[in-house]
Amino acid sequence: MNDKPYAIEIEDLTVAYDIKPVLWDIDIKIPKGVLMAVVGPNGAGKSTLIKAMLGIVKPISGKVLFFNTPLKEYLKKISYVPQKGSVDWDFPTNVLDVVLMGRYGKLGWFKRPTEEDVRIAKEAIKKVGMEDFMDRQISELSGGQQQRVFLARALVQEAEIYLLDEPFQGVDAKTEKEIVNILKELVKAGKTVIVVHHDLQTVKQYFDWVGLIFTRIIAYGPVEDVFTEANIEKTYKSRHNLTLKEPFKC
Amino acid sequence: MLELIFSDYTFRIVALGTILLGIASGLLSSFVTLNKQALVGDALSHAALPGIVLVFMIIKVKNLELLLLGALFFGLIAIGLTNIIKKYSKVKFDSSLALVLSSFFGFGLVLMTIIQKTPTASQAGLNNFIFGQASTMLPHDVYLMLSISILVILLIILFWKELKLFVFNPEFSQALGFNNKYISLLFSGLIVLTVIIGLESVGVILISSLLVAPGVSARQWTNRLSIMVVLSGLFGAISGFFGTIISAISPKMPTGAIIVIVLSVITILSILFGSKRGIIWRQIKNKINNHKIIAYQWLNNSEINSLPIEALQFLTKKNYLAIQNNEYVLTNEGRKLIDYYKEAQE
Repeated sequence: MNDKPYAIEIEDLTVAYDIKPVLWDIDIKIPKGVLMAVVGPNGAGKSTLIKAMLGIVKPISGKVLFFNTPLKEYLKKISYVPQKGSVDWDFPTNVLDVVLMGRYGKLGWFKRPTEEDVRIAKEAIKKVGMEDFMDRQISELSGGQQQRVFLARALVQEAEIYLLDEPFQGVDAKTEKEIVNILKELVKAGKTVIVVHHDLQTVKQYFDWVGLIFTRIIAYGPVEDVFTEANIEKTYKSRHNLTLKEPFKC
Repeated sequence: MLELIFSDYTFRIVALGTILLGIASGLLSSFVTLNKQALVGDALSHAALPGIVLVFMIIKVKNLELLLLGALFFGLIAIGLTNIIKKYSKVKFDSSLALVLSSFFGFGLVLMTIIQKTPTASQAGLNNFIFGQASTMLPHDVYLMLSISILVILLIILFWKELKLFVFNPEFSQALGFNNKYISLLFSGLIVLTVIIGLESVGVILISSLLVAPGVSARQWTNRLSIMVVLSGLFGAISGFFGTIISAISPKMPTGAIIVIVLSVITILSILFGSKRGIIWRQIKNKINNHKIIAYQWLNNSEINSLPIEALQFLTKKNYLAIQNNEYVLTNEGRKLIDYYKEAQE
């Protein structure tokens, strides 16, 4: 074993929905303190990768370790920003209440948020620039504001590892910059941040690590080494060679 | 007549029972409707009928606990069946619910007709399970309904945070370390319990409306879950109370039907006049907003005193402009309006 364990270590991870393989034999080792983009075409399994890491989707095989610890023991130190579309924004609740939900994991069953939790939530709301919207009904938020709220909710989890599923979706340029800055701050503080990302143009500018996936992992590592024309081409253009030929047909 | 009813101990207990049932199902209905599960209670209750009748055919006496156990058993089979259909076939979930619901209910009606011919069955009041009759319930049955209602209410309070998170964002709930399987089981368990204890007083056909209408009505009045849940509990209680009184005053009037009528009135009023989403309120709000936007465009785009006279009159009437020294000037209200929309555009 190396003396410095990887922040995230994924081994032989395979996930399928019904008979359709979504992730195939993924192996990744991610060191602590990187800001990593996960890119790939639609349906490449980017979100599924994040969900499988969190145990939301059950893999067929493989294991995931965080600092040499299995998910169950490490879960409380992982923050998660799900896709914006995963919730009904018409739900009767306000900004502060949604952000407070990030504290629920630390509270555990039954316990109600304390004043300390409220204070932490308000601080996070300020950090994402939403302090004027604390009591705002969530259905009245713009796309960018919704993402800010989700980010604040992840911040109050006070985690070591941050997994974000398309945090720039439906976001204006200004908000995108601000979110990136907050993520960079997290990395500076020694956190590890993984972001499912869509926009290839900004990969070099925002991230220091990148993983290219299309069902399989095509390449991953520091952006300057891995984010090459050849690898991008391989991920996005030559789908046919990579599509699995119905391995479950028997 | 009313005094007579209120002084009657049995009636008071029955009324208390239906009120608590109304509260329990009302509270639950907020979560059920937000989770888009309005039809699950319907399937469950209809499917319970053959369970009730079959148990009666076997034990030949009206023992409510056992009858409800039969109801529970069949209700769970029905839910299981819909889930199996959903998982293994390409039939859509709502279709599978409708299929299972009607076939179980039809089966129950056939069994009911068979045993109607025996004198014990009509004495036992099995008919009451179809449309519901609270006023003739035995005190023992009422106590059962009462205590389980209280249990449901307490469980909702205890698991408030978990239920809210589960309904709002199940993936996040799982990622926080709450096992969604347990919360989902609890949620279904609460629905099952509420449906089962309401079978005798409200009936298999209409009990599901107690799990939908209060939540829908309450949502029209508020944007906060806590207030919504309290309101839906209140609406459930009101309908339970009136359902019991009216069916006690007029003999043979089914309690379930009255409850549903009261609930429907509340729902219609809420959808029309609800302060947050009611149709009429929304229209008024839209109109006010439109006026504001027009006012803003006038104020922002041109020199005030060069505006057409109709515009000036309109803006003065709305208190955005005032006349000073024969000139129109911006009021504080007007300034606020401009600032508000300028900010909104950023």
